[in-house]
Amino acid sequence: MVVAERKPLNEILTMLEPYKKILVAGCKGCVTVCNAGGKKEVEVLASEIRIARKKEGQDPDVQEITIERQCDPEYIELLEAPLKDRDAVISIACSVGPQYIAGRYMDKLVFPGLNTTFIGGSLEHGVFAEFCQACGACGIHNFGGLCPITRCSKSLLNGPCGGSADGKCEISQDVDCVWQLIHDRLKGLGQLDKLTRVIPCKDWSTSRDGGPRKMTREDLRL
Amino acid sequence: MKSGSKLEKILVGGQFAVTGECGPPRGADPEQVRKKAGHLKGVVDSVNVTDNQTAVVRMSSLAGCLLLLQEGLEPNLQMVVRDRNRIALQSDILGAYALGIRNMLCLSGDHQKFGDHPAAKNVFDLDSMQLIMTVKKMRDEGKFINDQEIQHPPQMFIGAAANPFAHPIDFRAVRLGKKAASGVDFVQTQCIYNLDRMEKFMEQVRDLGIDKQVYILGGVTPMKSVGMARYMKSSVPGMDVPEEVINRLKGVDKKDQAKEGIKICVETIQRLKEMKGVAGVHVMAIEWEERVPEIVEMAGLLPRPVVD
Repeated sequence: MVVAERKPLNEILTMLEPYKKILVAGCKGCVTVCNAGGKKEVEVLASEIRIARKKEGQDPDVQEITIERQCDPEYIELLEAPLKDRDAVISIACSVGPQYIAGRYMDKLVFPGLNTTFIGGSLEHGVFAEFCQACGACGIHNFGGLCPITRCSKSLLNGPCGGSADGKCEISQDVDCVWQLIHDRLKGLGQLDKLTRVIPCKDWSTSRDGGPRKMTREDLRL
Repeated sequence: MKSGSKLEKILVGGQFAVTGECGPPRGADPEQVRKKAGHLKGVVDSVNVTDNQTAVVRMSSLAGCLLLLQEGLEPNLQMVVRDRNRIALQSDILGAYALGIRNMLCLSGDHQKFGDHPAAKNVFDLDSMQLIMTVKKMRDEGKFINDQEIQHPPQMFIGAAANPFAHPIDFRAVRLGKKAASGVDFVQTQCIYNLDRMEKFMEQVRDLGIDKQVYILGGVTPMKSVGMARYMKSSVPGMDVPEEVINRLKGVDKKDQAKEGIKICVETIQRLKEMKGVAGVHVMAIEWEERVPEIVEMAGLLPRPVVD
């Protein structure tokens, strides 16, 4: 899933300061799963904004909505009525959400309430980690099913570098050396010979480096 | 001859090579490079010029190499893949050759998190292995990565690094084998303090026949003090400093620690000279270039061979 985290309240309050009528818009997709932008988080953020504004002697006008997905035009349509009298909307979907709103509602100001952090998953309750950089040409089977592009700090395809020590990456004791993990896994599978192959230069044109990406599925088009 | 560099000639000729290192200044003063060059001239066969080492902004390696050439020293251009994509890397290789540089060292580079610009975006379009393949392809096939022909291909003597002390430990010689397969001509190792581990590494290297494919130069760095030794042990990634080295430095008066550090360094070089498959040493006297002549002298490696 796309993992995101809430921006600090002060940053959000500063962004919204000039605007009176606010809509807090959540999303029932990935950000609900990672507890950053679902219905519950919409309620929390809306309450925090109201409390802060009350403290400043204002009469807060903050409305709430959580839609199925903010990355789908048909659901973004559902925001038309709730947005009508609003000065600004703060979206707590991943950054796709506010961009969809901005693209659809030309006269509305849109603010991101989250920092979209990575494509990843949860390791345990409350701990999330990055697993994919969306390079557009998956080759993790060459590495025991683990992605060195994402999980090696230097994205080495022929690692590990000389900074791998005791299973940790040179940049931090909190970062596992994925090349140690790849090595150990292939060793367990009896496939260490896979690591003697030199992996050639990667074609990054399928990744973000090839420019903003677009995909057309003819079989799905109406 | 692949490049015709002095370093290549000495190694091919079977003589024990000595290389040095010069870290360019954090400023634009060429005198600082010339001063370091003065200490190393006639004492080492080739001088590495580091490429923004530890991800700290310094004068470019290419500029440092040119300054060394002007001083009559043979440079070894270090090039990291952290800061340049394949377009810039290949361009700089062409430029380096045009300026008279004949040796280069292909490295991944320290992560910018350690450096003075941790907010930088990194590149890592290629890794060090792929950079080796690139320089080799440019030299031997006369082609760029994209298979287009180079009108005047650069003829580089291709170097890389090897760290016998990093983990997974049993994979280190195998990875060096990958560098050999990628086309590297010589490697310089991480600073050696744990000679027992180095012996084991070389044993594995010899078993795999890698010492027959690649010239291996053992890396040494003299310790200036016990403080430096402790710092290297605890804070430098991939460094193996045994307690006995720290104890030896601790065991002498503070004012004699530098002397003891140099003694340890010379002893290490002497052990390396005896080690089968080791073709030379790489002396990295960090901001201590003025002590390199005595180290090389004490190790019995002067005068340096003269080649045509």
